[in-house]
Amino acid sequence: MAKYLLLKHYRGNPAAVNDVPMDKWTPEEVSAHIQYMRDFANRLEETGEYVGGEALAPEGTFVRYDGEGRPPITDGPFAETKDLIAGWMIIDVDTYDRALELAGELSAAPGAGGEPIHEWLELRPFLSEPPTITE
Amino acid sequence: MNAQVNELLLRSLTPSVLGILVRRGADFAAAEDAVQDALVEAIRVWPDDPPRDPKGWLVTVAWRRFLDQARADTARRNREDRIDEEPPPGPGPAVDDTLQLYFLCAHPSLTPSSAVALTLRAVGGLTTRQIAEAYLVPEATMAQRISRAKRTVSGVRFDQPGDVATVLRVLYLVFNEGYSGDVDLAAEAIRLTRELAARIDHPEVAGLLALMLLHHARLEARTAPDGSLVPLAEQDRGRWDTALIAEGVEVLQAALARDRLGEFQAQAAIAALHADAQAADETDWVQIVEWYDELALLTDSPVVRLNRAVAVGEADGPRAGLAALAKLDDTLPRYTAVAAYLHERDGDPVTAARLYVEAAQKATNIAEVGHLTRQAARLNARRSE
Repeated sequence: MAKYLLLKHYRGNPAAVNDVPMDKWTPEEVSAHIQYMRDFANRLEETGEYVGGEALAPEGTFVRYDGEGRPPITDGPFAETKDLIAGWMIIDVDTYDRALELAGELSAAPGAGGEPIHEWLELRPFLSEPPTITE
Repeated sequence: MNAQVNELLLRSLTPSVLGILVRRGADFAAAEDAVQDALVEAIRVWPDDPPRDPKGWLVTVAWRRFLDQARADTARRNREDRIDEEPPPGPGPAVDDTLQLYFLCAHPSLTPSSAVALTLRAVGGLTTRQIAEAYLVPEATMAQRISRAKRTVSGVRFDQPGDVATVLRVLYLVFNEGYSGDVDLAAEAIRLTRELAARIDHPEVAGLLALMLLHHARLEARTAPDGSLVPLAEQDRGRWDTALIAEGVEVLQAALARDRLGEFQAQAAIAALHADAQAADETDWVQIVEWYDELALLTDSPVVRLNRAVAVGEADGPRAGLAALAKLDDTLPRYTAVAAYLHERDGDPVTAARLYVEAAQKATNIAEVGHLTRQAARLNARRSE
């Protein structure tokens, strides 16, 4: 029983095998991709392993504190695709191997030509609550 | 009657009500749903209109739900199956099927997380929402986890004797999950283990109960006001619950007297030795090392060997602890944290600080990350003074 974040981002990971930008897909391929993600989430809910997931808008703003009584400073937006976080999903699974298996399945979402994208996803464990028994 | 009393009563009645439905011929999955409906109904109705016979009320309401559902299913399938509308006369069989439910819900065909969820619902009488909140997953996900678990055990005969070890593993998992959510899972695990101990005479059941009681006794002392974890050595022992400790020790001694040692009894013995020390430096580490040796024979768990190295470090000095540690696989969880601690005690704060930082990066829970980071910061601050 451990929670993992499946993070879909483009920050330093190698290029996907089927690396064609989404706007070069056919509309049907885009629909098929979205449907795959939806089916994946539904299937995980049925197996009792789904916690949550969202897609993120591509444009973000950097914000930081600028001292007492002053409004926060913003910078950006930066829409460079190399920095993009596209979305995330949280799963709750019995084993690390199961988390790997599911990440692999998600990475097989279809893209251009209806072929799996083989895109790199980042799998990160959540920090848990401390166990009751420690010694 | 306040809502809190109601809920504990409800939970304690759940398994016997479920057992009665199954004995009347309902299949386990449908009966379990019907009992859950009756529980939800009771939570709604009882505060204003408490029944004179709570168990009878639950059996009646659950049985009615079961019949309604069965009729709806029959109609849907357009079948002619007939189910007796009237329950058998009398208060129901005097047989208590609670033990069978423990075995069924911990059946080895279930994954740990589904066995835990099913046990909490069918034996513990918690609602799906409460279980979902305790494990921080959506209610819909938890509902699916439970119904899949029920499908998995649907072919298992209800009257088959099970393996008590699987039940104990499930209860241990519930206890160890701790205190997230509004249901205290540790307290619930203790309640379920007490109920189990009342129904089966087994030294390891007693061992697990003792282990839980001895750890639960430290609950208040192990958490600082800011929520951070207080290590055993630094806990205010005046805040330990002496009544729980006394009970735990008594349960453990009775179990050990039967001379059928198991891993939970050995773990409880270690907890009892800690409980016995008025101050951290009065701890009988030599005996604790001996118990870890016993435990290593029983489980061969790498975590046990790691904890043994800590105990050796306390009993025979940090050098001996480091030597014991050196024989273990350095990829074990908490290996680096133990190494950091032993190096500090060995008078090497530079290595210790570096290892604490490394250990914090590898730690798997928030409290430990905070603790290890503070240790590194403490040593670094001392050096820069």
